[in-house]
Amino acid sequence: MLTDNPPKVSKRPAGRDRVELFASGNKGRWGSRIFSGLSHGAGIFILIVLAAVAAFLVKEAWPAITAPTEELQQISWFKADSLMGYIAPLVFGTLLSSILALVIAVPLSIGIALFISHYAPRRLAQSLGYIIDLLAAIPSVVYGLWGALWLLPILDPVFKWLTNNLGFIPLFADYQAPAKNVLAASTVLAVMILPIITAVSREVFLQTPRLHEEAALALGATRWELIRMAVLPFGRSGVISAAMLGLGRALGETMAVLMVISPGFLFSFFLLKPGQHQTIAANIAAQFPEASGLSVSVLIATGLALFVFTFLVNMAARAIIARRKDFSGAN
Amino acid sequence: MKQNRGIRWGSIAVAGILALGLGACSSSSDATDPANTPDSNSSETPNTPSDDITELSGNLAGSGASSQEKAMEGWIAGFADIAPDVVATYDPQGSGAGREQFLSGAVQFAGSDAALKEEEITAASQRCFGGEALELPLYISPIAVIYNLPDLAAENINMSAATLAKVFSGEITEWNDPEIAQQNEGVELPATSIIPVHRSDESGTTENFTEYLAAAAEGEWAHEPSGTWPIESGQSGSKTQGMIDTVSGAEGAIGYADASRAGDLGTIAIKVGEEYVPYSAEAAAAVVDASPRAENATSNRLVVELDRATTASGAYPLVLISYSIACSSYDSQSDVDNVKAFLTYMASSEGQARAADPSVAGSAPISDALHAEVQAAIDGISLAG
Repeated sequence: MLTDNPPKVSKRPAGRDRVELFASGNKGRWGSRIFSGLSHGAGIFILIVLAAVAAFLVKEAWPAITAPTEELQQISWFKADSLMGYIAPLVFGTLLSSILALVIAVPLSIGIALFISHYAPRRLAQSLGYIIDLLAAIPSVVYGLWGALWLLPILDPVFKWLTNNLGFIPLFADYQAPAKNVLAASTVLAVMILPIITAVSREVFLQTPRLHEEAALALGATRWELIRMAVLPFGRSGVISAAMLGLGRALGETMAVLMVISPGFLFSFFLLKPGQHQTIAANIAAQFPEASGLSVSVLIATGLALFVFTFLVNMAARAIIARRKDFSGAN
Repeated sequence: MKQNRGIRWGSIAVAGILALGLGACSSSSDATDPANTPDSNSSETPNTPSDDITELSGNLAGSGASSQEKAMEGWIAGFADIAPDVVATYDPQGSGAGREQFLSGAVQFAGSDAALKEEEITAASQRCFGGEALELPLYISPIAVIYNLPDLAAENINMSAATLAKVFSGEITEWNDPEIAQQNEGVELPATSIIPVHRSDESGTTENFTEYLAAAAEGEWAHEPSGTWPIESGQSGSKTQGMIDTVSGAEGAIGYADASRAGDLGTIAIKVGEEYVPYSAEAAAAVVDASPRAENATSNRLVVELDRATTASGAYPLVLISYSIACSSYDSQSDVDNVKAFLTYMASSEGQARAADPSVAGSAPISDALHAEVQAAIDGISLAG
């Protein structure tokens, strides 16, 4: 499921390998069998885990899915008309915060990746690469703390300026301090997903065939034209994959959102207003400690929604990549 | 070959997304671990009441309200000093879960922000081997209305419950609103806009605060008391720390939190009768004494019907009461002794002072009159049959 073309033994270059295989006799055959068994096992294992998680979510969410609305409304924080009515704004909030994070992070990541792969002197590029990779190792709760305690006061004047000068656009209207809104949360998320997008993009850009680059230079292209003509088209599908990886992380992120945002359950595009949005993961983390009985089921139902949702995003990403790869500049 | 690169990156991306997605969903729900069942009393426990607390041994398991968690940690640590062989534990799973576990016999005592319901009282007599449930208001925690106005932090701005209701429902939007100004003569109120902050998670603090507003605000508060903030949108914070951070984060913000956590923030003096009472431990204990008992209260179930609209002088009606629930009879002598000793310690002036320490829970110690009643109930705990 995860690999398009499982490597087939018959495709391997014959010759020496095969000779050695025969030379070692039964031992070699056993090794090959054991390895094949192990890798089959690993492949099947991940499918079983996936199925088990799905089954668990459905089973635990079932009481909430089947419960009549009146019963659901007994839960003190359940104010919607139906289970879907409760989950939908959460899905919206999750999607909005993640997409905003991508909007901020992707251009920045491409810039950083290009700088590392094509502009920076080799030494600087290497150490910069390490630093970016280090960012990926910071736990999300630390990002949450950093966002809530350090970033929010810094964003405050920025958001004030936005709402005072661009407040006529509904997106930026009605800012209220402190900056606990979806745009602040997305900014933290963007910093969190930067390293993963940058690292993948950088690797892809470095794979650009030297011949293409030299050909572009030979035609008199400047550095920018080289990047536009040779590097970016070649790396496009890789960058999209990288963005989807980042999106995956942003969708499931919990602590950073929990600590930054003032939650609300609305379909709202007021990015600077507090109490408008909430993400599924942060909502589960916030309500789970005091939940019992049916309210646990409702929370798990939202988790199921996130699970399904991540699948859909994942499939969409694959579809995009599959369509794009034929037109990649590498052809 | 070159096409394969795209595919390969694609598969890595897909695998990654899956892994991240799974990671996000994998919280388990079976947190109920009925630890330390009461049957583990050792054979060496004497069958006669032990006079010497230090000789007690065995397990003493409790579960319930997270509001009591800090105080309970303090009590358990203090109790370990006087009865080192008793292993006391408290699992802060929430009031409802605590009552449930107590009634099923999984734990010997429970902590609960709410009193037992009618059907739970019936169930309790079965769980208590024919005895009765004890409900003791041993944890009284004042809730402070906190605000962030650095120049006026020491001032204790005066507000009536009706004014608070209007502030929190967004009707009063400026600190120098005439309604606030007339209650605070001589105080220079700034023209800062008010930012009401609420708790984003379900919380006993919210429940008690909305209960106070509903009861005392003379109809200005149009919502039912609820553990979840009833108004959509607006600033909020998760848990007490989130609330404090949010209020600290913007000038003009106002919120409510456990009084021991107010720190440098200003606290509102609320109107009781004709005077304005700032929060204090004595004032919080006073309202419990001034309040009548619930209709079905007995000498064992000291359930207080908090009089939020009290006019008693010097009482501070914005408090959270959390009960300690236990049995009036147990089937083993060691349970009887351990529960008795532990509750006695909790109710003692030493235990109450320990919980009142701001570094522990910052609660308000119970009054002597209430202590006498509580002690009488504790003394009645006996062996079943």
